[in-house]
Amino acid sequence: MQPTSHSTHAATHHEHEHYDPGFLRKYVFSTDHKVIGIQYAITALVFLFIGYSLMAMMRWQLAYPGQPIPLVGGLLEKVLGDAALEGKMSGDLYNAFGAMHGTIMVFLGIVPLAFAAFGNFVVPLQIGAPDMTFPRVNMASYQSFFVGGVIMLVSFFIPGGAAQAGWTSYSPLATVTPTAGQTWWIIGMIFLITSSLLGAVNFIATIIQLRAPGMTWMRLPFFVWAQFVTAFLLLLAFPPLEAAAVMQLMDKVAGTSFFLPTGLVISERVADISGGGSPLLWQHLFWFLGHPEVYVLILPAMGIVCEVLCNNSRKPIWGYKSLVYSLFAIGFLSFIVWAHHMYLTGMGTAISTFFQTTTMIISIPSVIILTVFFISLWGGSIRFNTPMLFTLAFLPMFGIGGLTGLPLGFNFSDIHLHDTYYVIGHFHYVVAPGTIFGLFAGIYYWFPKATGRMMNEFWGKVHFWLSLIFMNAIFMPMFHQGMGGMLRRMSDGGVNYSLAQNADALGAMSDSLIKTNVHVSHAAWALGLAQIPFIINFFVSMWRGRKVTSDNPWEATTLEWQTPTPPPHGNFTKPITVHRGPYEYSVPGHKLDFTPQNQA
Amino acid sequence: MEIPYAVQPREDTGLYNAKLGIWLFLASEVMLFGALFSSYILLRVGAAPGAWPHGLLNIPIGTLNTLVLITSSVTVVMAWASLKMNQLSRFKMYQTLTVLFALTFVCIKSYEYHDKFTHYEVVLKDGKSMTGHIEGSPMLWNLTKLNVKKIPSITFTPEAAHGSHDAKSEGAAGASAHGEPTKIATSDIVKLECFGPFHNTYLAIYFTLTALHALHVIGGAIVIGYILFTSGRWWKKNPEQLTNRVEVSGLFWHFVDLVWIFLFPVLYLL
Repeated sequence: MQPTSHSTHAATHHEHEHYDPGFLRKYVFSTDHKVIGIQYAITALVFLFIGYSLMAMMRWQLAYPGQPIPLVGGLLEKVLGDAALEGKMSGDLYNAFGAMHGTIMVFLGIVPLAFAAFGNFVVPLQIGAPDMTFPRVNMASYQSFFVGGVIMLVSFFIPGGAAQAGWTSYSPLATVTPTAGQTWWIIGMIFLITSSLLGAVNFIATIIQLRAPGMTWMRLPFFVWAQFVTAFLLLLAFPPLEAAAVMQLMDKVAGTSFFLPTGLVISERVADISGGGSPLLWQHLFWFLGHPEVYVLILPAMGIVCEVLCNNSRKPIWGYKSLVYSLFAIGFLSFIVWAHHMYLTGMGTAISTFFQTTTMIISIPSVIILTVFFISLWGGSIRFNTPMLFTLAFLPMFGIGGLTGLPLGFNFSDIHLHDTYYVIGHFHYVVAPGTIFGLFAGIYYWFPKATGRMMNEFWGKVHFWLSLIFMNAIFMPMFHQGMGGMLRRMSDGGVNYSLAQNADALGAMSDSLIKTNVHVSHAAWALGLAQIPFIINFFVSMWRGRKVTSDNPWEATTLEWQTPTPPPHGNFTKPITVHRGPYEYSVPGHKLDFTPQNQA
Repeated sequence: MEIPYAVQPREDTGLYNAKLGIWLFLASEVMLFGALFSSYILLRVGAAPGAWPHGLLNIPIGTLNTLVLITSSVTVVMAWASLKMNQLSRFKMYQTLTVLFALTFVCIKSYEYHDKFTHYEVVLKDGKSMTGHIEGSPMLWNLTKLNVKKIPSITFTPEAAHGSHDAKSEGAAGASAHGEPTKIATSDIVKLECFGPFHNTYLAIYFTLTALHALHVIGGAIVIGYILFTSGRWWKKNPEQLTNRVEVSGLFWHFVDLVWIFLFPVLYLL
């Protein structure tokens, strides 16, 4: 099945009939990039649900602090014991849920879905390859991810519960917490980092080596470019976190003091350690991953948005090269902005100034990308189907998320906003109505290629409108709360801290600011309910959905639509040669308003 | 279905898949060790004046290990060159030598580790502190262990005069400066600690870096050994792919060597 070979259609077909590896090899220990992509997708969707559930319980504690959690409170007490005494959420449990909500959403939900699932399924198809370069490495990548995920989940049930030091796991807090949860977290992370390393190597090698003849670099669909840059970010940014994780593990189990300073006092006693370590070192290493990681979350979604947007505006993308160069600028710059997370650590004004400058510079390519998308809509004959709705909503949502980041990037305004709900609002606007909307667009868009059936449009639109409304109802008030001074990581929603009884006290927050928690929580639960149409639609469509009548139901130009539906093992039934760019829609003089890339 | 360019290089990139894959993997490894080296710099720069220890390691042994690893780098190239010249038996000899050198390196490293785990600092109730060895060379003892095992006293051979604690006399190379063995009652000891990773941040980064490097040596040796054992079969089946495998594993091996070339001066000499 080499694209270069001249095997005939019939001979290739013959080969497919003989591909019958049995159930286990086909669905569980598969080396087929499409099956692995679907494995990643399903696992990641489950983790997104778990991550959401943790947050839904935390939102109860924020809105109604100290009251037993309805519905699940009794179950929590049975499973977790004293941490949820009488169905109430203890401070430790709140911390554990908060840390694991972040960890699960970022490392087990979004990245696997955006990068591994969509990348695995779509990239080889879009470049005209029969599979990934290293299919068995690909399988190992998924398995390592799965093991890491299981370790994270099991850590909830060990004595003392899961990690409690936030998804950032700052030392010394993470090190001196006397429970084993953090150790499990580190070991789980090492598996996840291994998984992403294997995946990243595979993606880059595939895109460089397995492009079909004629698929030159500037003919690559933007989605492939996005995955390419993302893979480099994962390849180069994750190892420093692995190094940091190894050092924190040494601090936990071998008694070293990498991140523990001399004279550290724990529970009013000077700790029996050698000291000499640096808490700042952890933060530097963590954010050296942490910031590129943010772009790992957003770039694949931008890639999906570009595909869906061109397809449904029936127009070529405006400024393809600007997009690609902006992508590279973002990829490079994302490695030198990390310390803008650390303005308040006292690392010095000179360093702050440097990172504030690079942070402002990185917003330029991001704005270019967004602008290119907006201009591409101009004069298009737009089809408002479900994937397109999610795509169109992505643009302003990501815009809000990006623009609200600017005050955080300046070190003087960050002094006020640091560690408040403003940060949570900013970050979630980028990732929740931003990236996740992009991912929903991708699911609705490529679902017919993966299953041969369309998802229901009506329920898709219900899902979209409800999600859009509730996403904004959750995160918009957080900006207000944050600017009012409400800090994150407070397990009672700020009731104790704010001295609400004495509104004149310094640092007091108004009652209305605290009451906002209730509205936000209701919106958060409603957002969960709004996903029910999606879940039902997803499964019902898989077996009962309207069958596609063509291999190219969206009338798209890119190569993944030139395969049979669903694509067989080895993907293409005949050798593919690429003759044109990725988005040749509405070319004047052509009979159809789309010209596939492999059309001579 | 066959993956293209699994063995033959692609024309426009000039690479076969695995060669590109290993270079990418090594880029990631550079970032891993780079982060640890950066941590070393940050910890050292941040240490209190005079607190960073010197001369804790045995330089002649470190030099020997450096030579062992550099020689293995030569044999790994010779193994690949032999295959290119169609000499399977010569390949096998060089491949075996590489594995043996790797094992030698690990053995010498273990000896050095053992040396640190049996080298103690003891602090007494009267405020005296000294470094040296406990009779019987027990590993990884501390005060808690003495109490749990109910050992009433230890026989301690200090390296230099009691009470002196300057960096010079701590050197393992200065073993000739041993003092007289003394009996110390457990009840007189405030703190007993060997020169393990918990002793100070220098040793912490030393153990972390060298242990991670040693894991790479062991992993590399396993892969090179595996290729050696299956080489007869692969030579018949697909000699070109065997050569590629040797090249790729060789690239990894050179990287492991290179890391040591940085580790040795940084940890032993500077």
